[in-house]
Amino acid sequence: MSNKDLKQYWKTNLFYLAILLAVWFVVSYCCGIFFVEALNNIRLGGFKLGFWFAQQGSIYVFVILIFVYVWLMNRLDQKYDVDEK
Amino acid sequence: MGVQTWTFIIVGLTFALYIGIAIWARAGSTKEFYVAGGGVPPIANGMATAADWMSAASFISMAGIISFIGYDGSVYLMGWTGGYVLLALLLAPYLRKFGKFTVPDFIGDRYYSNIARTVAVACAIIVSFTYVAGQMRGVGVVFSRFLEVDINIGVFIGMCIVFFYAVLGGMKGITYTQVAQYCVLIFAYMVPAIFISLAMTGNVIPQLGFGGTVTDGTFLLDKIDQLHTELGFAEYTSGTKSMIDVFAITFALMVGTAGLPHVIVRFFTVPKVRDARKSAGWALIFIAILYTTAPAIAVFARTNMINTISNKEYTEMPSWVTNWEKTGLLKWEDKNGDGVVQYYNDKNEAYVSSVAAQNGWKGNELTTIDKDIMVLANPEIANLPAWVIALVAAGGLAAALSTAAGLLLVISTAISRDLIKMQLKPDISEKGELLSARIGAVFAVLVAGYFGINPPDFVAATVALAFGLAAASFFPAIILGVFDKRMNREGAVAGMLVGILLMLFYMMKYKLQMFGGGTAEDWWFGISPEGFGTVAMIVNLVVSLVVSRMTAPPPKEVQDIVESIRIPRGAGAAHDH
Repeated sequence: MSNKDLKQYWKTNLFYLAILLAVWFVVSYCCGIFFVEALNNIRLGGFKLGFWFAQQGSIYVFVILIFVYVWLMNRLDQKYDVDEK
Repeated sequence: MGVQTWTFIIVGLTFALYIGIAIWARAGSTKEFYVAGGGVPPIANGMATAADWMSAASFISMAGIISFIGYDGSVYLMGWTGGYVLLALLLAPYLRKFGKFTVPDFIGDRYYSNIARTVAVACAIIVSFTYVAGQMRGVGVVFSRFLEVDINIGVFIGMCIVFFYAVLGGMKGITYTQVAQYCVLIFAYMVPAIFISLAMTGNVIPQLGFGGTVTDGTFLLDKIDQLHTELGFAEYTSGTKSMIDVFAITFALMVGTAGLPHVIVRFFTVPKVRDARKSAGWALIFIAILYTTAPAIAVFARTNMINTISNKEYTEMPSWVTNWEKTGLLKWEDKNGDGVVQYYNDKNEAYVSSVAAQNGWKGNELTTIDKDIMVLANPEIANLPAWVIALVAAGGLAAALSTAAGLLLVISTAISRDLIKMQLKPDISEKGELLSARIGAVFAVLVAGYFGINPPDFVAATVALAFGLAAASFFPAIILGVFDKRMNREGAVAGMLVGILLMLFYMMKYKLQMFGGGTAEDWWFGISPEGFGTVAMIVNLVVSLVVSRMTAPPPKEVQDIVESIRIPRGAGAAHDH
């Protein structure tokens, strides 16, 4: 694999990380902590939305984030031919 | 059959299962001892990681803590799960590609320095011992409460079991035992939760019952807010901690989770880099099942408790109240002599001078209520059969034993590999190294047992220290080792030392009242010692970056290693030097 390809592969990886970690930050810190009171004015069934994010929603999103990452990286590894045989 | 007979049967059966697995999976080589031969499938590894991670504290105490502090308990829920995102995205695949056995291995090689390695070994041992002492104590508590044996005998029985499969099986034995332990603990956690959710909200799934309605048609969470307000407590769904402190604690727990050596080492045991990524996802699913159920149990238990005891005649209390009173974990004192239990917030002055004064209440009469009761008494509160109560005992033991075993392995590996093989006696034979790993495990079990029988007073204070230390030391060094090619020995060592010392200083000052001590008003930026790991970690990052830019770049070979761990291809099984 050439140096240029390696740089491109790494750049794409960092781009994925930035997006996924931004979502990670928004669901836990923004929805669950910083703006929790504003979100608590919205109801999700029996839950206040901010409280739901802090005790339930953020955890579900964490699980989804990891599997999205696995899927993106497996695709990227194949594209740049660096996957494990 | 009584509860005790059932407990003996179920605990006996699960122990026989663990020992059977240990004999089947005993380790023949150092590679099997350290990383289970690097051949564990991702789902099994995910289960083992989940069991390893969820300790007696997660199983027994967490729901109880949340039920008393409501929204503020979110710091544990988010903090102890969000770290797995960091682990999966920033650490696991690269450390797996690096292909060594331990965290000090990575630090020592990446920073081409035995000083860095020694600092890492010291951190790994301190963090693990702090943790393991609490686990052995948990084993003793479960034994003494459910089997009515002496707490020391309980610790001793626990030591024998862990000794058997950790020393014999190493990582291989531990991994497959933990898979079994995960199944036992999650079953034991879910069965009472499902029964109670069904009884209170008519919903089988606790996570949905949590947001469901109770018999009078109001939402459960509105009901609990109302109960709390009536008794002078803060609303359950809003917190009392400051926002910056909630942020700092959550962040420190997340980063600390991602930096704990017994969690990281799990990702060395899978065959491939892609398995390491996936394995973190499976681990989080298995953890999330318990972690999304815990806040539901917390609300169910809290509502049940208030409804059962608040303003009721003492003579009409159900039998579980008197049962737990016998253990001393629940205490009632009739302060105004009216024979009725008054439970309210006597720290709330406005409430005390109005409602309490009008009714002639003379203070909160429920003087002691241990948080652990919330999970342990759950089956009794819901009138579940005796075998469910026995199951909870077996689940608590599984949680405590699996975590203890994982930690003991980190300690024995740190001794046999990172100290003896890498530093003191590099020419040691494979057989000699395996023997020293087993002796290390024996030594670790004995020390852990000692702490279990004679728990130091500062155990509670130092559990938070373990997370803070991991956050302030390992996390930046590993992240920068992968993502910053220019990071060098000087930067990493300076950062780790400054981070650890700052964290230690803050904990000692505000937890142990050394260096002049201080109260909550003196906290820096209003951040509690539990959350200070966040600050110490940021300081570590800044120091590392500044020092590394002022000193020579790392040698070419090291920069090549960094290039190579960034791509998955070529990751063989974890290999030796």
